[in-house]
Amino acid sequence: MISFVARRLLLLVPVLLGVTVVTFTLTRIIPGNPIDLMVSPLADAETRERIAENAGLNDPLWEQYFRYIWGVVNGDFGDSFVTSQPVLDDLTSRFMPTFELTLFAMLVAIALAVPLGIASAVWRGTWIDHISRLLAVFGVAMPVFWVSLVAIYVFFFLLHWLPAPQGRISVVVAPPDSITGLFVVDSLLSGNWPALRSSFQSILMPACVLAFAAMAPLARMTRASMIEALESDYTRAARAMGLPERSIVFRHALRNAILPVITMIAIVYGYLLGGVVLVENVFAWPGLGRYVYNAIASSDYPALQGFILYSTTVYVLLFLLVDILYVLLDPRVRI
Amino acid sequence: MAAVAPRIRANSRALLHWCRRNPVTAFGFGIIIGLGILGLLAPLVAPYDPYALNPANRMRPPSWDHLFGTGIFGEDIFSRVLYGIRIDFGIGLGAVAFGLVAGSSVGVFAGYYGGKIDEVLMRLMDIVAAFPGFILAMAIAGVLGPSIPNLIIAIAFVNVPVYARLSRSRFLVIRSSLYAMAARGVGASDMRILAWHLLPNSLAPIFVQSTLQCGWAILDAAGLSFIGLGVHLPTPEWGVMIGLGAPRIISGQWWISFFPGLAIAITVMGFNLIGDGLQDLLDPKRW
Repeated sequence: MISFVARRLLLLVPVLLGVTVVTFTLTRIIPGNPIDLMVSPLADAETRERIAENAGLNDPLWEQYFRYIWGVVNGDFGDSFVTSQPVLDDLTSRFMPTFELTLFAMLVAIALAVPLGIASAVWRGTWIDHISRLLAVFGVAMPVFWVSLVAIYVFFFLLHWLPAPQGRISVVVAPPDSITGLFVVDSLLSGNWPALRSSFQSILMPACVLAFAAMAPLARMTRASMIEALESDYTRAARAMGLPERSIVFRHALRNAILPVITMIAIVYGYLLGGVVLVENVFAWPGLGRYVYNAIASSDYPALQGFILYSTTVYVLLFLLVDILYVLLDPRVRI
Repeated sequence: MAAVAPRIRANSRALLHWCRRNPVTAFGFGIIIGLGILGLLAPLVAPYDPYALNPANRMRPPSWDHLFGTGIFGEDIFSRVLYGIRIDFGIGLGAVAFGLVAGSSVGVFAGYYGGKIDEVLMRLMDIVAAFPGFILAMAIAGVLGPSIPNLIIAIAFVNVPVYARLSRSRFLVIRSSLYAMAARGVGASDMRILAWHLLPNSLAPIFVQSTLQCGWAILDAAGLSFIGLGVHLPTPEWGVMIGLGAPRIISGQWWISFFPGLAIAITVMGFNLIGDGLQDLLDPKRW
C-alpha cells in the first residue's frame, strides 16, 4: 500500500511540473511587460530598470522559471501585489471558508443524489425516475450564480426565512473560537448557540445552491452504475438464491456500483471549485473564490498564479485519494 | 427531378417518426432551432433597440410595454435577451468549434502516429485536464483581457483535452480497420488517409460530445462575464445582464437578472437534451 501511494505521488511530479509551466507561461504572455504592473507609471526609466533587475525580469526565461519553481517548492509563491502578503499565507487563510462551503455542499449533494439515483435505478421508468431525471436536466442547465440570486430573492426578499448575503456569519455575532476553522462545527463544539444559528443560516443558502448544481451528475452516475449492477450475473445469482430485495440492492448491487460514483464525486468537487468562485461572490463569502476574483480584477498575477497552482494541487491530490479509496474498497484492484 | 419530391416526403416521414420515438430529444432540437430563429430575427422581433437607454423609465417591473421589465439604465430587458441569443450562441458555437478542431487534430495526430508523438501529446493533454476547468478558463480570460474572442479562446482551450482523448480513442479502433489498410494498400498518403478516411469516421461521438460541450461553453461564458472577465457592457450578453441585476436582488427587482438567466437555463437545457438523446443512440444504457 505504501509503495502504491509513493508511486502515485511520484507520478504527480511531472503533472504538477507541467502545471507550473502553464501558470508560469500565463503570467509571461500578459500583454505588455510585467514590470508595468509592479511600478508606478510615473517611475523614471532608471527606477524601472532597477526594479526589473531586482525582480530578476532581465534574466533568461528558463532561469526565471527555475527560480519560480525553487520558490514554489520552498513554499514561496511570491507576494501579492495588492495585499503585499505572501500569496501562500493569503491562500491558506482563505482556504477554510471555501472548504467549509464546498464540504457542506458536497454532503448535501451526496445525501440527496445517491438515494435518488438508487431509487430511479430500482424503480426505472416510474414517476420517481422521471422526476429525478427532470431535476438532473434542470440542475446542470441553470447557471449557479443565477440560482443563487433567485434563492436570495425567494428566501430573503419574499419569505424572510434566511438573511441577506452576509458572508460566513452575521456582523453582529462574534465568530466562534477557532478549533477546526469551520464555523458551524466550531460553534457546535464550543456550544456557542448564537454563532451556530448565524453561521448555519449563512451557509445554508450557498451550500444548497452549490449542492443543487452538483447533484445532477452524481444522481446520473449512481443510476447508471446501479442499473449495470442490478443487471449483472451476481445480482441474478443473488435473486436465484431467493435473497430479499433489500439485501440485493444494498449489499450486493450498491457495493459494486459505488466505485464510479466515488470517481464522480471527485470530478464534481473539481467542478465545485469553479462554481464556488461565482457563489462566493454572490454571497460575499470570504474564501478563495472572492480572493481570486479580486486578484483578477486588480491584475494581481502572483495571487492568480498561486491560486491556480493551489487549487490544481488540491484537485490532483483528490484524485489520488480516490485511487487509494479504490484499492481499499475493491479487492479486484490489486496493487 | 421527379424523384426528389417522394424522397423529401419519405425523409420527412422518417423524421416525424424519429421525433415521435424520441420526444425529449426532439424537444431539445425544437428549443435550439426556435431560439436560433428568434436570434436571427431579433431586429424584427425586438420591440426596442437593445442599446437604447431611457433614464426616465428605470427598473420598471414587467408590463405589456416591457415584457421582461426594464434595467437599471431603463434598457428593455426583452430586447436585450433576444439580441443576447446571437452573442451567447456565437460564443458557445465558436468555443466548441475551436476546441473541436484543435482537440481532434491533436487526438488524430497522436492516434495515427502513436509512439513518442502520442505519448508527448497525451501527457500534455493530461496536464491541461489536471486543472479544474472553470478556473483555468478564468485564468486565461483574466490574462488575455476581457473580450469575446478571448472568452472563446479561454473556453475552447480548456475543452481541447476532451476532444483529443475522445478522437484518439476512436482513432485507435479504426486505424486498424480494413478500409484504412485498403487505402494504404492502394498507395494513399498519410495525410490523405487521415483527412479523407479516418477523420469522417471518428466524428459521430465527437459531435455528440460537442452538443453537450456547447451547453457547458455557454454556462462558462456567462459565468466569466458575470464576474467581469468576459463580455463588456453594453453588449447584451446574458451573463453580464445577470451581473448587472445582481445587486438589485435584495431590494426586490428580480426581473433584471431573472430573464437572462432563464434564457441561459433554457438554452443549455436544449443543448443537453440533444446531446443526451444522441448519446443514447450510441449507448442506450445511459439516461
